[in-house]
Amino acid sequence: MGEQLIFERSRPGRRAYAQAPLGENCGDIPAEFRREDKPILPEVSELQVVRHYTRLSQENFSIDTHFYPLGSCTMKYNPRVCNSMALLPGFAGRHPLGPETHGQGFMSCMYELQEMLMSVTGMKAVSLTPMAGAQGELAGVAMIRAYHLANGHAERDEIIVPDAAHGTNPATATMCGCKAIEIPTDADGDVDLQALKAAVGPNTAGIMLTNPSTLGIFERNIMQIEKIVHDAGGLLYYDGANLNAILGKVRPGDMGFDVIHLNLHKTFSTPHGGGGPGSGAVGVGERLKPFLPVPVVGKTEEDGKGRFHWLTEEEIPQSIGHLSGFMGNAGVLLRAYVYMRLVGKDGMKRIAEFATLNANYLEKRLKDVGFEIAFPTRRASHEFIITLKNEARTLHVNAMDFAKALLDKGFHAPTTYFPLLVPECLLIEPTESETKETVDRFVEAMVEIREEAKVDAEKVKGAPYTTPVRRLDDVKAARQLDLAWRPGSPEAS
Amino acid sequence: MPFIPHTEDEVEAMLGEIGAKSIDDLFDEIPRDLLIEDLTGVPDALSEQEISRLMRRRAARDRGALCFIGAGAYEHHIPAAVWDLTTRGEFYSAYTPYQAEASQGTLQTIYEYQTMMTSLTGMDVSNASLYDGATSLAEAALMSVRANRKSKSRRVLLAAGVNHMYQKVATAIAGSQDLTFERLPLDTNTGSSDLSSLDGDSNAPVAVVIQQPSFLGTYEQVDKLTDWAHANGALVIAIVNPTTLSVLTAPGDWGEAGADIACGEGQPLGIPLSSGGPYFGIMASKEAIVRQMPGRIVGRTTDLDGNPGFTLTLQAREQHIRRSKATSNICTNQGLMVTAATIYMSLLGPEGLRRVALTSQQQTAKLVALLAEIEGVDAAFSAPHFHEAVVRLDRPVGPVLEALAERGVLGGHDLSKSFPELGNALLVCATETKTDEDLEAYAGALRDVLGT
Repeated sequence: MGEQLIFERSRPGRRAYAQAPLGENCGDIPAEFRREDKPILPEVSELQVVRHYTRLSQENFSIDTHFYPLGSCTMKYNPRVCNSMALLPGFAGRHPLGPETHGQGFMSCMYELQEMLMSVTGMKAVSLTPMAGAQGELAGVAMIRAYHLANGHAERDEIIVPDAAHGTNPATATMCGCKAIEIPTDADGDVDLQALKAAVGPNTAGIMLTNPSTLGIFERNIMQIEKIVHDAGGLLYYDGANLNAILGKVRPGDMGFDVIHLNLHKTFSTPHGGGGPGSGAVGVGERLKPFLPVPVVGKTEEDGKGRFHWLTEEEIPQSIGHLSGFMGNAGVLLRAYVYMRLVGKDGMKRIAEFATLNANYLEKRLKDVGFEIAFPTRRASHEFIITLKNEARTLHVNAMDFAKALLDKGFHAPTTYFPLLVPECLLIEPTESETKETVDRFVEAMVEIREEAKVDAEKVKGAPYTTPVRRLDDVKAARQLDLAWRPGSPEAS
Repeated sequence: MPFIPHTEDEVEAMLGEIGAKSIDDLFDEIPRDLLIEDLTGVPDALSEQEISRLMRRRAARDRGALCFIGAGAYEHHIPAAVWDLTTRGEFYSAYTPYQAEASQGTLQTIYEYQTMMTSLTGMDVSNASLYDGATSLAEAALMSVRANRKSKSRRVLLAAGVNHMYQKVATAIAGSQDLTFERLPLDTNTGSSDLSSLDGDSNAPVAVVIQQPSFLGTYEQVDKLTDWAHANGALVIAIVNPTTLSVLTAPGDWGEAGADIACGEGQPLGIPLSSGGPYFGIMASKEAIVRQMPGRIVGRTTDLDGNPGFTLTLQAREQHIRRSKATSNICTNQGLMVTAATIYMSLLGPEGLRRVALTSQQQTAKLVALLAEIEGVDAAFSAPHFHEAVVRLDRPVGPVLEALAERGVLGGHDLSKSFPELGNALLVCATETKTDEDLEAYAGALRDVLGT
């Protein structure tokens, strides 16, 4: 049974007195603009608020409390110090429009972050402003489009997207006024090169690729793909969702990519926060440098000392423009900066190595206990896919049932039913920060669930049993919309 | 090894299980010549103590000044409980609530947020947030095109007091889908939109955007503009400051029929200024157009036992289902910021938020009165203002602001580039965080700078 709604604890006239100015005053708001009704905000004490949200937090699974092998999301440990440094008063209290003279500390971190990201990606310039991976994608495709327009090729408006791609890729192409052209994956999980050759042409703007792909394997033909797309006059976009797999080992810039977005909340361990804030910094090669979104931090030397300043559309006149009200998710960028400095040069490579070690170990263990690996001939990257189509057929429990049953075993579920082209799939990403014993325990849990299904499939299909609520009626949620509480709404519990 | 728990024995055992000789073998599908040896641009690792020392030194460089800048981001008192609770690991390190049963904390918090935000804006539905205020306008404009099927126009008409940066961002994001943004002229006496040009406007826009209070701290004629828009087949998009909604008419009550979409910057609700982010974007609307709304939405439903619970809903609008036909490419919201804002609004309650709004107004009014006493400084507009205000100087603003900064006062936002028609105009803001002594300190510094 869940926690009451905060509104149900409300009593007229109750307040958290310490939290607002004490003196009464009445402003001179003209009557025509004055609000007449009292908004529905709870009238509760400070202790009630603290208890309520503490209890709500306890209804969550999180990295700090549970193994969270959510494929494609890189749910690794978020070091606490990254948060405490970003919330230092000098950083947290700085107004975004404050003068550069009162921002040199912050701006020096941002400049160095740009430099480090250039180094790990092999790109020539970086803009930190995109506020999430999807906005990084938008920036990237907008730059590709701006490049073609600047070269007089308005007809280049087709973005090629493999069928295994994240949904954000084709959605981004649409937002940028382009058409998404889907191409298939071959039986081994690589891009179908014949289909790619057939798809490119005079209308090709570029291709969006994730490498390693969402299938959890490295795209082996990357250099052929690079040649096919560049020869056709298109550019290559790298979706950085899976950068954790190759950090410090291979760089998108060396693979010939023209533009890349990074998910700092994945690779550089800034918090996922229950669904954001993310941060989707973009890096570019020489060709796309003139089109970077602004602002970017620049540096000049004065009297032997570095001085940092903002570069805006005045300095980068062909820029695709501003993508946020100020300069993006600055506090997230600070967390990423601290993380990168803690991990350091050698640590970058170790991230990819141990993420890959954990994934390959877990894959092998699951295979040995009889689960089917989706791409058994391939080496796993930092994640891999198992397909439960046999279990669905013979035991009548599907991937979603396994996912829910895992919650009762104390594990967050892997990603389910993505990528779309593998039936009954779980996409599993253990990350480098998990111990061998946690990974072993996960294998045991999977085996236990399968055994339980052999005895009583219905019981597994009824999971979870130990969470604050059981399986929810999604159809009812969509048909009988209840998106906000109002006085007279049914009680929560 | 930072944040990696493996012992050497475990590595050996795991490699043995895999059947690999070394970790390098695990990268054998990557073309050899692509592998790199060294990252020259990343320094060696620091310990937590070393990075803390470095960061404390840098943070200290940026603090200490009295800040009177608003212009879209506002310094308000943030109760200690807000970030203590928000950074609990169960909120901080969870992800998008795909597994609803394991994410009821996040989901219920968002449902409570949606309740508060719909009530503040006078709307039926709210999403779980967008990136920030500026992008919320871009998404609201795109949504208005989808929702207003009767209109053939892709022209969005902005009131004169809409934040110029919002227009730039909306153009960058929505421009490639052929949306154009135009502005009503500014009445430089009142600081509000000049509505006289509307009568001759035969080319009806798809939507009219009204920011209230305006970027200049003035009131727009929201009822008149809303009714004009609806009479001409346009939807109305409100840009709001949520703090002020505790005392100002909700967009849902503007004019005869109310605004159709409300968007804006959520930062004033307990989010640190933090150089511009992370903040969150507000997005609320009438229920009739909820299926055109971008972003995550949480709904209340029941579980197998009939107990109430919360889940993501209306997902058929979103990119992971609809791919290229989704309402937006947005994936995450700004979940952690919404958590903080919900806790903030719970702590403040209706009376607390009202007091914050009115005290901010009072302090800004006092500041303007103090500054206007100085020779060479005048209040720019005859009309009443709210929350922030424009003063006009007798000389260029930039050098004055620099000189003030040297005296430890960040004196406001220079309007000479975004609103050149106002001359040497300066946007100032004093929230409840500024005491009367702070206001005196500003006035004293300005006197000093102007030599009066």
